Amino acid sequence: MTLTADQSRTYGYDDLPRLMGLMTGDEKHGPAATSTLDVLWVLYDRVLRVAPERRDDPARDRFLLSKGHGPMAYYAVLAAKGFVPVDWLPGFGAYDSPLGHHPDRVLVPGAEIGSGSLGHGLPIAVGTALGLRAQDRPDPAVWVLVGDAELDEGSNHEAIAFAGPAGLDRLHAVVIDNSSASHALPGGIAARFRAAGWSAVTVDGRDHEALYAAFTAPHPGRPHVVVARVEPKNA
Amino acid sequence: MDTMRDRFAPVVSRLLDEDPRVAVVLAEIGRDGFREAERRHPDRVINVGIREQLLIGTAAGLALTGLRPVVHTFASFLVERPFEQVKLDLGHQDTGAVLVSAAASFDWPAGGFTHMAPGDVALLDTLDGWTVHVPGHPDEAETLLHHAIAAGDDKVYVRLSVQSNRQGRVIDGQHFVTAREGRSGVVVAVGPVLDAVLAATEGMDVTVLYATTVRPFDAAGLRRATETAGTDVVLVEPYLAGTSTAAVSEALSDVPHRVLGLGVGRRELRRYGTIEEHVAAHGLDAASLRERIGRFVGAGLLPAGR
Repeated sequence: MTLTADQSRTYGYDDLPRLMGLMTGDEKHGPAATSTLDVLWVLYDRVLRVAPERRDDPARDRFLLSKGHGPMAYYAVLAAKGFVPVDWLPGFGAYDSPLGHHPDRVLVPGAEIGSGSLGHGLPIAVGTALGLRAQDRPDPAVWVLVGDAELDEGSNHEAIAFAGPAGLDRLHAVVIDNSSASHALPGGIAARFRAAGWSAVTVDGRDHEALYAAFTAPHPGRPHVVVARVEPKNA
Repeated sequence: MDTMRDRFAPVVSRLLDEDPRVAVVLAEIGRDGFREAERRHPDRVINVGIREQLLIGTAAGLALTGLRPVVHTFASFLVERPFEQVKLDLGHQDTGAVLVSAAASFDWPAGGFTHMAPGDVALLDTLDGWTVHVPGHPDEAETLLHHAIAAGDDKVYVRLSVQSNRQGRVIDGQHFVTAREGRSGVVVAVGPVLDAVLAATEGMDVTVLYATTVRPFDAAGLRRATETAGTDVVLVEPYLAGTSTAAVSEALSDVPHRVLGLGVGRRELRRYGTIEEHVAAHGLDAASLRERIGRFVGAGLLPAGR
């Protein structure tokens, strides 16, 4: 498979709006148009030890996009980092395009899971962390991105309640909090995770340095969640 | 006699020792059998608590890292409750696992309908790529568990039951076995119903095929049997009646044929009691089967019936 049509050039954060525009036909995509953009960029640019040529390396970090809807920012970042050819982007959603409105891991190079139905990523991430631990691979980090409203799904709470007591310290969750849940978690998102034994940090989801610090904060013996607050969806 | 489930933990515990890919995922149920294995392999015997969505999601995650998860609980909590996880985390994610269920259709009748899963195989039939084993004896359960775990990254369901035949047969994890030969109809007996079917068809001129692997369905084996026994086919299944009727119709789609699907009824009985009482209530005891099979095959022999 050709991984990128123009491997010669590098893309930066400033290119992401244009890459997203290739999918939507809209040239004016500001970061505010997508709640996940900054989190995804900081993770892929500075935190995750992943690369197109390491897609099958068992020692790679795993990033699982659980909140699969609105994946334009994800595809843009994957294209910027060379996982997905930029010339795939205009086909977004077409019958023969690998890039659907929800990602499919079988079709998208670099996508660790397919998603769309909410509440599946965190349990799969728990299993991934357990599987790496069982094979004496303490190094790879497992990351899963969920939305605040996605936490409505009970399956997440099965995973949250298990991962803390199990001491899955290679498991990391990032919750994009755009206040989209109709019934917000009583006590707040971070408190829910903390009560289950997680390390938890809440930061400005647009502040790259704050995100980086939160993503790389030590959390010995415990899984770690970063709650990334962005503009309310319905503000 | 011990049960299929008595064999499950010892067999899988040995495989945990031998094969570093094997991992067991439990949701409390069945944990006692794995205590020793859990001590030896604390990272590969995983109990997620009473959390069945996490049970399947965890298995998928393990498989994504290259392990071979063996997942166990009662059928109703393994297939029905987390069905979307079975569909997506295993199917859509293109991962594999071995799901091993207990309690079957009515292994614990006094436990009531919440612990009965006659629809498990029919539900899996809505999905692509599943192998379904239905052993009829503890020895067969051992054989099929070995086949299931050795089957690469396939998606495999093994349906264990308390219901059992008196003796095990030689099975290969793929094909039907001919238990009796006749010329006036084929009866396919699935797993633990074989003894009742053999008793029911005593003296009848029918072929009895014994099936312990129903998906993929041994269409070639059925067709071969119909060459001498004709194309009147009776299915006797220990789960929802008619579950394999479509598979028979597909196997015989180019020849005129008749199919009778016997098995567990849809209607909720709202009765407790014993397995034998539930077998009888669903018309799966030898006397009821003899009457129903005889009527169907007999009707096929009448000139007016053709």
